[in-house]
Amino acid sequence: MAEGLIVRSLRDGSLPGEHAPALCLEDSLPSPLASHSHAVFRHLLASLLSTGTGTAVVLVAFHRSPSFYLSLLSPTFHNSIRLLDCYSDPLAWKSNHHPPPPSHSPQNITLLTNLNHLPHFLSSILHLAKDLGAQGHDRVTVAIDSVTHMLRHAPLPSVLQLLTNLRCHEKISSLFWLIHTDLHEPKVISSFEYISTMIASLQPIVQLPDYANANISASITSLEENYSKAKFNVRLKRRNGRVKLLCEELLIEQGSVKFSSVPSVSSVVAQNLIPKVQFNIQLSDKERMDRANVVLPFEHQGNGQNIEIYDGRRSLSESQKDPSSTKIGGLSEQKRSNNNKSEKGEIHYIRDSDDEQPDSDEDPDDDLDI
Amino acid sequence: MAELCDLLAEAMGHSLPVGKVVLIGDCVETSGAFVLHLLLKRCLSLDSSFVVFVALSHPFSHYDRILRKMGCNLSAQKKNGNLHFLELLDFSARSKENSVDDGFCKLYNEIRKSVEAARSKDTKASCVYIMIDDISLLEIAADGSENDVLNFLHYCSTLTSETDCSLIILNHEDVYSSEDAPRLLAHLQHLSDIEIRAAPLNTGLAADVHGQLTVINKGLLNDDRRSGRRIWNFQFKVKENSVEFFYPGSQH
Repeated sequence: MAEGLIVRSLRDGSLPGEHAPALCLEDSLPSPLASHSHAVFRHLLASLLSTGTGTAVVLVAFHRSPSFYLSLLSPTFHNSIRLLDCYSDPLAWKSNHHPPPPSHSPQNITLLTNLNHLPHFLSSILHLAKDLGAQGHDRVTVAIDSVTHMLRHAPLPSVLQLLTNLRCHEKISSLFWLIHTDLHEPKVISSFEYISTMIASLQPIVQLPDYANANISASITSLEENYSKAKFNVRLKRRNGRVKLLCEELLIEQGSVKFSSVPSVSSVVAQNLIPKVQFNIQLSDKERMDRANVVLPFEHQGNGQNIEIYDGRRSLSESQKDPSSTKIGGLSEQKRSNNNKSEKGEIHYIRDSDDEQPDSDEDPDDDLDI
Repeated sequence: MAELCDLLAEAMGHSLPVGKVVLIGDCVETSGAFVLHLLLKRCLSLDSSFVVFVALSHPFSHYDRILRKMGCNLSAQKKNGNLHFLELLDFSARSKENSVDDGFCKLYNEIRKSVEAARSKDTKASCVYIMIDDISLLEIAADGSENDVLNFLHYCSTLTSETDCSLIILNHEDVYSSEDAPRLLAHLQHLSDIEIRAAPLNTGLAADVHGQLTVINKGLLNDDRRSGRRIWNFQFKVKENSVEFFYPGSQH
């Protein structure tokens, strides 16, 4: 469900006058140890391209070679994707020393050799987006793998401004990027989360105290489990300000990524909190109803009927049916009457609130200053 | 090859890596240099292999002496053109004419030329390996510029996809132990496909067991692997001319 919501949001784009939706995909070394975040990244790419709605993708490749991404996508999608190659020669170390031979690379790969110059970087992305638009693609999504690499070449404000400019541009319908949270300070991660409309983070199934210094020999089983599974936590920001949280489980099986829902946290936590004892400490529905029908001592009914003493042996409804029941003075109603006709002692029981439950845990002596 | 049947070979997929980045981590208590020496010997033992060794830590004679005891003649390999040894004991990326960035750019291009020459028509090497000993000294050569070191390693890693060569780097992990955020170490771990960590035993020093080795073979989604196992942990004993790997309690 979470994955479907994300893909739909990226595919649908934004309404007129709004910024394009942006997904921030987060991962860290402990979650998990394999490059599952890149697997999710590629899975999202394939999902967007396969929707058949005319969505095209401009992929900015930092982490892997463009040919690697093309090899993982079906050839039918190659016409719907343009790759900006920031992997092969981002700083022109090759081209400055040895001018490259005539390019034999596929036409959908554009080499970028001056990553330090962000305006050129931005214009390269927009050029590819316009190229896709000219070919009839209504929606163009920009995917960046990953902004961690960008931050090594440009300061944070410049990168944030670039992403915001992409979100504002009319040719860009949506945007998503990958970031490694353990390679940046928390404020950097927060900055990217603020400008995104969806945040998806990969968390380990088994939390380990310290990945870098972990006693691996004692936690191999847990580490292995973290390789095949991960928690996929998604935070969706609605236009009206509401936030929707989803938690699913991510599985890597035979080269493909699968998502499955997990039991809600509250029900799992509730089940774990109930102590395992040999006697039943929970109430059935009938027992709850019977408890609700019990008349407490000194409680009035508030229905104008005669007050009856509850002797603890039968419920009020049974005593009402009993014609032998009598009215006995001595218990007064909650109304503060100035009726002084009663010659016997009175007990005034006033509840703190009408909402107070009979078995409330509130200690009536809490307000005493002892 | 009988040597590729040990636990280290099993953890690395029963063959030397192709197109992968291998990170060897160690600490003061347990040196991981023996892994580098062992892999160097195994790489040179392959038919038509080629190794570029970037040595910032020790001179050629040091490795020659160690590998000779292990049955590998580095001098002969160098003479035959199977080994390109870059002795950079006093390497500093910054100079009067160059910035740190230019210094690393030149080093990268020298490595790239060497790899491309090995892949040329005349001496077409089937397996090419780039070995770096070690990253902490690269950082010193970069005047502490972590970003320049990462740029250099990124460019070296691009060779793994362009020329199918493998990059094997040694790093002293405890150099970063006092830092609040050891980012260079984390960057290396994100970059690597296979991590090999040498660490002392949890129980302390022992005469017959010199430490434990943990191998994390991350693999890729399109990696055809029979077994889903990715993590190995076993102990080792470094002998005069070989290394013995065994599970705890199973040493002969």
